[in-house]
Amino acid sequence: GQGLSRGDPMALSPGQGWSCRAVLGEGHQRTVRRVAWSPCGSYLASASFDATTCIWKRHEDDFQCITTLEGHENEVKSVAWAPSGTLLATCSRDKSVWVWEVDEEEEYECVSVLNSHTQDVKHVVWHPNQELLASASYDDTVKLYQEEEDDWVCCATLEGHESTVWSVAFDRSGERLASCSDDKTVRVWRRYKPGNEEGVACSDNEPTWKCVCTLSGYHTRTIYDVAWCHLTGALATACGDDAIRVFEESATGDPRQPTFALAAHDSAGPAVTLHCSASVLSTSVEAEPSRKKRPRVSFSRHMSLMARAVFPVSFLE
Amino acid sequence: LENANPLIYRRSGERPVTAREEDDELPDSIDDREIFDILPGEEERAGPGQGRAGRGRWGRSAQLHSAFLNPAHLIRSINDPEHPLTLEELNVVEQVRVKVNDAESTVAVEFTPTIPHCSMATLIGLSIKVKLIRSLPERFKLDVHITPGTHASEHAVNKQLADKERVAAALENSHLLEVVNQCLSARS
Repeated sequence: GQGLSRGDPMALSPGQGWSCRAVLGEGHQRTVRRVAWSPCGSYLASASFDATTCIWKRHEDDFQCITTLEGHENEVKSVAWAPSGTLLATCSRDKSVWVWEVDEEEEYECVSVLNSHTQDVKHVVWHPNQELLASASYDDTVKLYQEEEDDWVCCATLEGHESTVWSVAFDRSGERLASCSDDKTVRVWRRYKPGNEEGVACSDNEPTWKCVCTLSGYHTRTIYDVAWCHLTGALATACGDDAIRVFEESATGDPRQPTFALAAHDSAGPAVTLHCSASVLSTSVEAEPSRKKRPRVSFSRHMSLMARAVFPVSFLE
Repeated sequence: LENANPLIYRRSGERPVTAREEDDELPDSIDDREIFDILPGEEERAGPGQGRAGRGRWGRSAQLHSAFLNPAHLIRSINDPEHPLTLEELNVVEQVRVKVNDAESTVAVEFTPTIPHCSMATLIGLSIKVKLIRSLPERFKLDVHITPGTHASEHAVNKQLADKERVAAALENSHLLEVVNQCLSARS
């Protein structure tokens, strides 16, 4: 069977105190694209190109697949748990975003299939404290969804990127969102509520999102992932030019027009751009000898367990 | 068959070996002609993870010499999916449209479909990309796109070819992989 990881576990960070505790080999038939821990830390969701999402229940180092979520027509690209722990979202190349609900009996039910995007959906992420969902797509947009009168609907579409949006991240407050794209830029969007003091118009008494900052000229290739540190407010990006970059918001900036600069060690030091020599990890399917696959990690809240799927960057909290 | 009577172009000759290239002491950089010419058998010898540790150079000069001596070629000799001809013979690929920057580890290949509505354009682009992935050191960033102005759906095709996830997922399809491998196999 193909597992979450067939790469050498020690290759990830030798000498850092990480040891491989489990290899979950019986769940998926194709590449595992993303893994996500539930907020309580007891469950792990794995999204796969085999069109399914497995839910694994953890009991110490033992994992059991308790259910397999089916329905997507082709590759599932991302899975994310809402902070409440009762909602899960998945997205796929089939252009849809699915919202699932789980009850106390560990029963999962699809409560919505959202067909707003016109192309492959690359990523889904939940708002930090509201039941608001964001998705990033090959159709160059970010979309937001919430429940209105018992139905999930697309409540906003963020346009501006000129190519595929690969990932999105909310800041700690949830009032801002960062998106990264194949167009080599990061955009920061801010939510304006109806009646806001800046005078930004809102239609239908719904909040509106505006792009307040675009980071361009820093990345030389596609930006695949962005993370927003909820402790420090720093933005981190993972780029196809083999670098991780960290950006810090300028303290004196106007919240309506924030500025971000590449982080420096000190005022005289060089900007922080970490270059990675990518180690080749074996993928879950060796149909093709693989080129570099960057390791993607998902840290559990408790920081003691890490799950790795082959293919993102998640900020330590 | 979409294009029953394609124009056939003359194949370029073998590349002359210069004295500098013969000198084993001097490093050989990778240039445009090399991408055009790369031996299709290289990837079988190299294997995943071997010879590709990003050491910064193409390998021993002995490998380069064998490329000049052996007439089998890389992207020149990729077969067209529909015609019994190579991409070079159809002028789909030309050396002048291959740009290599060894120092920056980039390779860009423009390919020209034979007709503007060629439905094989994505497959041809994918074959070129796969050939380069299998043959070049890992450090190379690849850009394969349609020669501007030569295809009705060039933006859509270019976007698919540039999406590494879509390429990887497509190549997990055994049927598609088989078709690509046929394009890449050496014709006797």
